[in-house]
Amino acid sequence: MSQHIVSAKLYISVWAALICLTVATAAVSYLELGPFNIVLALTIATCKMLLVALFFMGLKYISDRMTIVVIVAGLFWLGILVVLGMSDYVSRAWY
Amino acid sequence: MSDSPTVVATHNPDLQHHFSSMEQQQDASMLGMWVFLITEIMFFGGMFFGYMVYRFYYYAAWLEGSQHMDFWWGTINTVVLLCSSLTMVLAVRSTQLNRRKSTVVFLLVTILFGLAFLGIKAIEYHGHWTEHQFPGLNWSWPGPYSSQVALFFSFYWAMTGFHALHMVIGIGLVLFIAYHAWKGKYSALYFNPVENVGLYWHFVDIVWIYLYPLLYLIGHKKG
Repeated sequence: MSQHIVSAKLYISVWAALICLTVATAAVSYLELGPFNIVLALTIATCKMLLVALFFMGLKYISDRMTIVVIVAGLFWLGILVVLGMSDYVSRAWY
Repeated sequence: MSDSPTVVATHNPDLQHHFSSMEQQQDASMLGMWVFLITEIMFFGGMFFGYMVYRFYYYAAWLEGSQHMDFWWGTINTVVLLCSSLTMVLAVRSTQLNRRKSTVVFLLVTILFGLAFLGIKAIEYHGHWTEHQFPGLNWSWPGPYSSQVALFFSFYWAMTGFHALHMVIGIGLVLFIAYHAWKGKYSALYFNPVENVGLYWHFVDIVWIYLYPLLYLIGHKKG
């Protein structure tokens, strides 16, 4: 749990990966990929988010199951907001 | 368990009386922080959702607005925040290792990165203001879709503004933690305040990780 101490080397590697992903997302923004520009940009952003959450925020090392349940429930709630909300706006044009 | 003197003697002074062990206190503290972060996710989630809906409706205006973001300042600020997250996590690690001085140094470097971020943001804000890109106060748009681009800029100011407000609060919290770390309040056995401020800092970083592509990249070199 909390006493899990991660090596500084791992943190620095994660940071290096985050910087590389930032350079990558900035570089591909120069390309004309049509709708895939936003898909690619958000995919890279999600990879960065996972790196920060898993290592820097220590999600990978949480042993307290209750905390995991709360986090998953919170993300599920965000999913409800996005999925039900968008299904309204997207489907309005159908009728 | 009992009132035997040995147990009392090993009782950590940082253990609050309503917890039975340091581990339980640590878990409870982290759980509480995550409950708070979930409310923050919903807070920013609402704005991200609004952004998505209007990007869906006013795609061309969103492209137009995004082309007036400063790509380089946005990219540099992303790197600055990622660096600040590294120094923050190294500060937590130093506390876990009982390294008081390096904890304080890492926290102060984190504050410097945070201030650098806000300074760059201020330069950008100044530019948008002088170019009359603040809807409601001095809005004037020479290009097409004026009212829809105004909506894009409303999202820009609201989302980056609340993000910057979180940065200001975060810097205040890190300063508070740095002061107490300097005073020797935290140790390998008691570091949840440092860890929780770290969680907050990384959360604010994650918000920016999504703001950067959505605001700066979607219109970069397009159209």
